[in-house]
Amino acid sequence: MLNVGKIEEGFVLDHIQAGMAMSIYHHLQLDKLDCTVAIIKNARSSKMEKKDILKVECDIDMLDLDVLGFIDHNITVNVIKNGIIVEKKKLHLPAQIRNVIFCRNPRCITSIEQELPHIFVLADKAKEIYRCKYCEEKFDKRTL
Amino acid sequence: MRHLMNPLDFTVEELDALFDLANDIERDMPKYAHACAGKKLATCFYEPSTRTRLSFEAAMLNLGGSVLGFSDANSSSAAKGESVADTIRIISCYADICAMRHPKEGAPLVAAEHSGIPVINAGDGGHQHPTQTLTDLLTIRSLRGHLDHLTIGLCGDLKFGRTVHSLINALSRYEGMRFIFISPDELRIPDYITEMLRDKGIPYEEVIRLEDMLPQLDILYMTRVQRERFFNEEDYIRLKDFYILNKKKMRLAPADMLVLHPLPRVNEISVDVDDDPRAVYFKQAQYGVYVRMALILTLLGLAGKEETKC
Repeated sequence: MLNVGKIEEGFVLDHIQAGMAMSIYHHLQLDKLDCTVAIIKNARSSKMEKKDILKVECDIDMLDLDVLGFIDHNITVNVIKNGIIVEKKKLHLPAQIRNVIFCRNPRCITSIEQELPHIFVLADKAKEIYRCKYCEEKFDKRTL
Repeated sequence: MRHLMNPLDFTVEELDALFDLANDIERDMPKYAHACAGKKLATCFYEPSTRTRLSFEAAMLNLGGSVLGFSDANSSSAAKGESVADTIRIISCYADICAMRHPKEGAPLVAAEHSGIPVINAGDGGHQHPTQTLTDLLTIRSLRGHLDHLTIGLCGDLKFGRTVHSLINALSRYEGMRFIFISPDELRIPDYITEMLRDKGIPYEEVIRLEDMLPQLDILYMTRVQRERFFNEEDYIRLKDFYILNKKKMRLAPADMLVLHPLPRVNEISVDVDDDPRAVYFKQAQYGVYVRMALILTLLGLAGKEETKC
């Protein structure tokens, strides 16, 4: 069993679908932060068999919950202060996300006007379908 | 301020009011001859479309307004690299309302977000063409008397045909609709449309032969197999003649069935059908002008105020 020490202040993202930790690391732009990050892949889980975990030692306000909710709203977000869990945040599918994913439709206006933001809106909550605000191209989550 | 990007931007009740206005225009055109006096329509067409542009211009001229604009991107500042957002900011200083056609999907929405005047999507790539849908709905409502409880067959290019997708979405809001999709396998209706119909419990069938379904139809909506939607010339040539409606096939259709077509027709409707009273695609073009007149009045907030302008 691999042991990763506890953090004093920051957040622990638990129950990440196995294999998704690196994608979340990039989408949360953790590579740009000057803080301690532990990425645990394929940890044993009674609920999921295998899961990923991310531990980040930084101010909780730096975490973009919308991005996280978009990627996987089933992730558990534990807020840590003084070494203990002080809050468990619930994630929701955000109504829209901006510049997190990019429209790949070559006929979309965003393909020629570089300054436009790439905005995807939640078109079907039950099916978790996001569409480009401009051309309505469906985003395939498997490409994350 | 309101824009029109998608036919679903208007509720069914708002569409009813729009169509009532269009029918009143049809009945009494002189009443509206000065309704837009002093107002200007900008037609910003980044790709050629004679029919739609002229229909918009005729609509504004019928209302006593003026028109200005460009009819392809090369004669606009887009050729110098100006963004859609900047163009509409400038157009907002020159005109009171804008109709925009653009080859890129979503361009009119970008314009609407930065515009000081109402923007009408006059077609954006393969995405939406709401005034064509309004035209189709007005034609059906005016000639059949209602938009519910109809069996509508859509024939030809159902994969790339944006007018078809928009029309299905718009008609799916009415009760008792049944859709028959008639196309070759290569040009079948996309899954997201059939999924939407299943979710709403609206019956539909997908068939290959036009003749088999003709006796059951209230409306037959024919479409052109568009060259510009294909990446491959061979595929276009192989599929373009797949479904042709002619006088012989029309004998199988009910006496009150209507044949609609967004035009231009290539050869999917034989010219010998043109004299058939059920062929209403040229009347449809006339309804296109009425509905654009009603739309311009509505978006300019002038609906119901035409008397004071005379």
